[in-house]
Amino acid sequence: MNWEYESPRKAYGETLVELGREMDNLVVMDADLSTSTKTAMFGNAFPDRFINVGLQEQNMMGIAAGLATTGKVVFVSSFAVFATGRAYDQIRQSIAYPKLNVKIVATHGGVTVGEDGASHQMIEDVGLMCGLPNMRVIVPVDSNEVRRVIKFVASENGPFYVRLTRTALPNLTENDDSFHFGKATIMRDGSDITIIAMGIEVSYSLMAAEMLSKEGIDARVINMSTIKPIDKDAIVKAARETGRILTVEDHNIYNGLGSRVAEVLVENYPVPMRRHGMKDVFGVSGKWNALLEHYGLDAKGIANEVRNLMEVKI
Amino acid sequence: MAEVPQYKIRELRLKANDIRRWVIEMTWRAKSGHPGGSLSAAEILSVLYFHELRIDPKNPDWPDRDRFVLSKGHASPAYYAALAMRGFFPEDELLNFRKLGSFLQGHPSLIVPGVDMCTGSLGQGLSAAVGMAIAAKMDNRDYRVYALLGDGEIQEGAVWEAAMCASTHSLNNLIAIVDRNMIQLDDFTDRMVKLDPLEEKWHSFGWNVFSINGHDVRQIIYALEEAKKSDNKPSVVIAHTVKGKGVSYMENSPKYHGKPPQNEEEYKTAIRELEEARRGI
Ligand SMILES: Cc1ncc(C[n+]2csc(CCOP(=O)(O)OP(=O)(O)O)c2C)c(N)n1
Repeated sequence: MNWEYESPRKAYGETLVELGREMDNLVVMDADLSTSTKTAMFGNAFPDRFINVGLQEQNMMGIAAGLATTGKVVFVSSFAVFATGRAYDQIRQSIAYPKLNVKIVATHGGVTVGEDGASHQMIEDVGLMCGLPNMRVIVPVDSNEVRRVIKFVASENGPFYVRLTRTALPNLTENDDSFHFGKATIMRDGSDITIIAMGIEVSYSLMAAEMLSKEGIDARVINMSTIKPIDKDAIVKAARETGRILTVEDHNIYNGLGSRVAEVLVENYPVPMRRHGMKDVFGVSGKWNALLEHYGLDAKGIANEVRNLMEVKI
Repeated sequence: MAEVPQYKIRELRLKANDIRRWVIEMTWRAKSGHPGGSLSAAEILSVLYFHELRIDPKNPDWPDRDRFVLSKGHASPAYYAALAMRGFFPEDELLNFRKLGSFLQGHPSLIVPGVDMCTGSLGQGLSAAVGMAIAAKMDNRDYRVYALLGDGEIQEGAVWEAAMCASTHSLNNLIAIVDRNMIQLDDFTDRMVKLDPLEEKWHSFGWNVFSINGHDVRQIIYALEEAKKSDNKPSVVIAHTVKGKGVSYMENSPKYHGKPPQNEEEYKTAIRELEEARRGI
């Protein structure tokens, strides 16, 4: 497919700089990863409103909470594993519970982190953040959506978790300004089965759907960029119209997109479904695209899952 | 204190040079990894693995072995090189560092023979080392526990929780080494977090403190000898080092914290400089 690839991290950094010009009360924080998360772009433009605390993720979350109590809009960034895992209790007690205006934007979510290995491949973050009352969770599908999402969360009061990937992503959506929070988008219509995917897996799901169409399987592909609150209507509609649901995520199948979708289906409209993602294993080191193949999270692997699910009689 | 013979000093310096060569080779081939903080720790790892540690490569799970925790886990290239050179696994495997299918994970993992703890998320290794040291006391074993930390890493609060716990438990069998190379990921440490007076901080947390040149193998050996004489306190060796040591364009450069040689020419320059240094040893 003829897609243009762009780094979501860079889109994040650029958007922060843009917002910094418009919002005097915007403060950005990082914990010694600003060159990777691209918050350094904001730091260079607005050194007085940028705090790089060093290697102190927990401290960073606490400070962000304190800043937010005074009316600042605070963006905090690190790798997903450190932002959510290391600092979980600070997020819970000091940000989510008091419902403070802190936006946690984490890069390097998922196994696509690659060579750094399991210690750095965060596959539980969406689960951790969805479990927190008051927290809203977004996984943008591409760099254009990153721009929209960052502007949106800056304008909305209260805490958000936004998960970005390390690798460049194909731009599947147009570059416009309005983010439809809480609304899933149909990226490709179909009637035999629906693939609901998040983040980087949306593009692979589209490729899989393309492969499958040659075999006579007509797959709908949905981009579920808001994981919490999840778009119940879109899920139920897909179940009703296509009869089968496959979820695909660069995340553990427990507590991630698949679990959220399963909850909705079981309570509202049970149909055969499968969760595809990291099957409760830690990742390993390797190139990100080799890892996607290894875990069946590339187009071929997704297509296989779809074929298996098509075997189930309804 | 026993004099260390000159031939031994030379051997340890040569091993450090070999470790550096592997660091370049491994990160170049993997097109990823962290050369800067691996190069700064070459002498420390050389002394640990070829002089200090009571270990047996044929018996990596020996209960009485000394433990080593690479708390700054991203220095895995230097660590794996030392383990392979010491005989824990074939050196050829080093060429597969960070590749899918190899056990040489980007950050230390227990699946690697000789590795005592999974690390990579900074600020946790000293706690694990404290646990191993307390277990030695509980079980009346005489092994020692060594942990290598980065100076960026010790900005993590958990390090100081472990430090307080270690002195509370009078862990004289615990030796921490801080690779004080003055650089972390984004920048120079003192431009990010004020760490000095570092020696006094550790001292006030109840530790014996030794401040040395971390590229001088003789000083490393002597500091460890002194640390082992402690009767009731943990010890820390603040090893003053140069990040990227041995490769001119990497020395003192935050840029090469997590970047391998960027092209063929950089790779060749690094290898040539290390070969020249070797001839001078
Ligand atoms: C908890 C945690 N936060 C962030 C990182 C990302 N990271 C890897 S190395 C590094 C800098 C480490 O600096 P230092 O401890 O001084 O190591 P050295 O200079 O010796 O390589 C950072 C921020 C990490 N590995 N763990």
